[in-house]
Amino acid sequence: MRPFTFTQAQNVDTAVREVSSDGAKFIAGGTNLLDLMKIDVMQPSHLVDITQIALDTIEETEAGGLRLGALVKNADTAYHELVETRYPLLSHAILAGATAQLRNMATDGGNLLQRTRCYYFYDTHTPCNKREPGSGCSAIKGYNRDLAILGTSEHCIATHPSDMCVALAALEATVHVTGKSGERAIPFADFHRLPGDTPHLDSNLQPDEIITSIELPAQGFARNYTYLKLRDRASYAFALVSVAAALELEGNTVKEARIALGGVAHKPWRVPEAEALLQGQTASRENFQKVAEAYLQGAQGFGHNNFKIELAKRAIVRALEKATKMEATA
Amino acid sequence: MKEHYTGTATNRVDGRAKVTGEAKYAAEFEVPDLLYGVVVNSAISKGKITRIDTSAALALPGVHQVFTHENRPGYTWLDSHYQDEDSPPGSPFRPLYNNEIKFSMQPIALVVADTFELARYAALLVHAEYESQPHETDLEANLPKAYKPKKYKSPPPSDPRGDAPGAFAAAEVKLEEAYAHPAHHHNPMEMHASIAIWQESGKLTIYDKIQGVQNSQKYISNAFGVPQEDVQVISPFVGGAFGSGLRPQYQLFLAVLAAKELKRAVKVVLTRQQMFSFGHRPFTIQRLAIGASADGKLESISHNAFAETSRFEDYNEDVVIWPGVLYNCENVEVSHQLVGLDVYTPLDMRAPGGTTGTFALEIAMDEMAYKLNMDPVEFRLKNYTDKDLNKDKPHSSKELKECYRQGAERFGWAKRKMEPRSMKEGHQLIGWGMAHGAWEAQQQEAAAKAVLSPTGKLTVSSATADIGTGTYTVMSQIAAETMGIALEDVTFELGDSTQPKSPLEGGSWTVSSVGSAVKLVCEKLQEQLLKLAQKMENSPFSDAKIEDVSFENGQMFLTQAPATSISLQAILAQDEGQPLEAEASQKPDKKQKNYSSYSHSATFVEVKVDEDLGTVKVTRIVSAVAAGRIINPKTGRSQILGGAVWGIGVALEEHTVLDHTIGRFMTHDLDKYHLPVNADVHETDVIFVEEKDEIVNPLGAKGLGEIGIVSVAPAIANAVFHATGKRIRELPITLDKLM
Repeated sequence: MRPFTFTQAQNVDTAVREVSSDGAKFIAGGTNLLDLMKIDVMQPSHLVDITQIALDTIEETEAGGLRLGALVKNADTAYHELVETRYPLLSHAILAGATAQLRNMATDGGNLLQRTRCYYFYDTHTPCNKREPGSGCSAIKGYNRDLAILGTSEHCIATHPSDMCVALAALEATVHVTGKSGERAIPFADFHRLPGDTPHLDSNLQPDEIITSIELPAQGFARNYTYLKLRDRASYAFALVSVAAALELEGNTVKEARIALGGVAHKPWRVPEAEALLQGQTASRENFQKVAEAYLQGAQGFGHNNFKIELAKRAIVRALEKATKMEATA
Repeated sequence: MKEHYTGTATNRVDGRAKVTGEAKYAAEFEVPDLLYGVVVNSAISKGKITRIDTSAALALPGVHQVFTHENRPGYTWLDSHYQDEDSPPGSPFRPLYNNEIKFSMQPIALVVADTFELARYAALLVHAEYESQPHETDLEANLPKAYKPKKYKSPPPSDPRGDAPGAFAAAEVKLEEAYAHPAHHHNPMEMHASIAIWQESGKLTIYDKIQGVQNSQKYISNAFGVPQEDVQVISPFVGGAFGSGLRPQYQLFLAVLAAKELKRAVKVVLTRQQMFSFGHRPFTIQRLAIGASADGKLESISHNAFAETSRFEDYNEDVVIWPGVLYNCENVEVSHQLVGLDVYTPLDMRAPGGTTGTFALEIAMDEMAYKLNMDPVEFRLKNYTDKDLNKDKPHSSKELKECYRQGAERFGWAKRKMEPRSMKEGHQLIGWGMAHGAWEAQQQEAAAKAVLSPTGKLTVSSATADIGTGTYTVMSQIAAETMGIALEDVTFELGDSTQPKSPLEGGSWTVSSVGSAVKLVCEKLQEQLLKLAQKMENSPFSDAKIEDVSFENGQMFLTQAPATSISLQAILAQDEGQPLEAEASQKPDKKQKNYSSYSHSATFVEVKVDEDLGTVKVTRIVSAVAAGRIINPKTGRSQILGGAVWGIGVALEEHTVLDHTIGRFMTHDLDKYHLPVNADVHETDVIFVEEKDEIVNPLGAKGLGEIGIVSVAPAIANAVFHATGKRIRELPITLDKLM
């Protein structure tokens, strides 16, 4: 681990100012950053501790939604009464991730900024364009079982590891950020990036910007939802494929469908055109299969991860079936 | 009334020390003026270091030295000086020997600094340049280069019996398949660590994570040319090892090297990432050909293993002994071949060879049972053997049939339908499978010392280890029961190379070996006590022989006249309050030579497999074990539970990923190296089947360290087949293989 300096910011303005120096990074829960610093994957020369800033509350918005402060712990979010009752999809997704200990430390803002878990990103002795731009991608021809099948580029096939973000994508949350040039709101779908030829950039957050809150719209899909996570063991494993499915049903007819996939791309994967196929249709296995096919159009495997294409389709069908059945039994 | 401590479920005597943090592990000893060493590892897997620049690291204030092949001191470099008690034949790896890189993550430098943080930083500043050479790490691609080693580490595979190829050709029912077991890394909770303390006198005191302190002592003595009596190795607690602590690892060598050169105390702790830089369970491919008559009698078994080893040592393990141990078949042919690759030498890992070999053999036998349309238990009963056919010797005891019976009954096996995919619950396909296994019950020579204080407190010691198995507790039980004193009055000490000689803690032989020595040394004390009592005036014991007296409740008495008794303390008072001491060494009895001794298990498993998604959940395990006398049913049960949990990992999760393009193990942490978590482990039932054995050793106990794991993974694989109709012959059984 390399030496670094450390300061504590008491408010957003100071934080933004202090993070603007070269090599500076924010630290909140530290559950990912510190690991990466210990193995020399990340080398910040200055850390700005933001945990003292008052961004740790969950409040209702005028629009009928919820605002999650960036520094609310993942565990506190998942078990918050309003989240549990109005956005159970989010609650379930958070609890499907990491471990109780990590969720107690990790913050909501930090969750959005997790780095990929690609084997090669984690090993400084192997080429990785995300870690060291221009060095090459070891994963494309290497061991890629965990990696992406959608939205990849010749430079990077990393996945975004978050579960929470998959639910936030389905719920169409908004990310509020503040930087030197002021505040802005980023629709969730635009927050994370695809690798393209800049795989070192995970998101569109600028270096001087801080996430202040995540806003949930009023519509929470609390009646028909599922977070289905498929992984290699029952807990403490990243998703091979996960599905956040949310339905608005009228009888057995789908009024609105939201589907987001995790574990398959550099960002939570949404295909609004495919979701639209369900609009006004019967909630049936046959229709779900059509959506699943449409969702995986253009998917490309790299050998070890070919199975994810079929797995994702089956997972979408299963998740939609589960989401549908909830109301039938309610 | 005699207190029967052995055979009674007993809490760990070291439990309190462990949960309060009082128990100190190798890296935790507080040593004044300690320096910290951090290892730098090779970035390439084969080639040469062309340049190593340590100047930036050395420029940091507080960095004392960076040891590399260029500045290492000139010590002995003979192979024999680097061999240890668990070395396979070959030329052991010598850290910092020269600029040659033989495997990825090979240690190439040790940075020594005032603080750990500084050493870790300085290690990043060591810059090495390499000249890479083409490497080979792919076992499958290199199978044509397989060879039979000149010397085997364990006994060489048995000679053929009968005519396996001929019998196979003539058999009515045949199976020919290959099975792949991936590489595993031990990953004990505690990382490997050593503190080496150099003293003015030139003596070395070393705290080491090791499964046998005297192995480290001899290794350091040989490698550094220091007399054995000048090297003391201490290791009172080991946070799991599973075989990874059988051989001294490179952190020990490097810590001692630095301590000697700098004349200081130096601590070196490996990181979790570095735990993937040395020994592992080898990737092994097994080819099995089995022939049977239509009514299910085995006619022929061929079992041929191909396993990786390093370029410098020929590691092998008992992968192919199991047909001869477990099945009655007249025509058997086995072989074990090695493929040298650019990796570190594999290393014994819980039930080495047993886990690997049983996995293949027991899936193959399940496949045969299906070809024959026979119940898998019936099929095994039909081919049951009372003899160990490898050695042509009877078993000293073998209650495997009772394991089948009790295990099947507890599990409800009788209700099983043979047909795959015959049970379903919603999307979940339910499968029931079974397998059996064995592990040899061995006894090694071991010694122990006992000291009985005038107050009646007994201290027994032997240089063995407790790797979490319960050695402290079990030895205390044996001593307390033999001496007829309270368990609280016994202290067992271990993990110090100055203690009486003990074999490595491994092979499931510690209770058998050290336990027998503990019993013997207590019996020697009893003889001394009787002699002392006979010196008393008008001693009622004057004519008594040792066979005539008993020891219970802190008293010695005439067995035929219990009223004639004397307390041990009263006897000791005769000797002017001097403590009584005895030392004894116990060898295996000659009568064992005519017999074969194995622990046995039968494991029954229920799995639920999602028909669309391929996810597997092991919902029930019943493990029935016959292992002679169970000294402590509580710690014994924990051993079997641990084996069952690990078996889930072996079957479904564990494997170290090797990228052949770069020749490097890519799994470097417990996020990616999957072991079962609580959520993976459900109902697990352990049955100890009664088994009397007066031959195996004086305690009648066979050892439990390994038997718990061997039959679990194949039972799970067989249950997955029963659930899905899919036969997976390559571990781990991940969901993609079942979709």
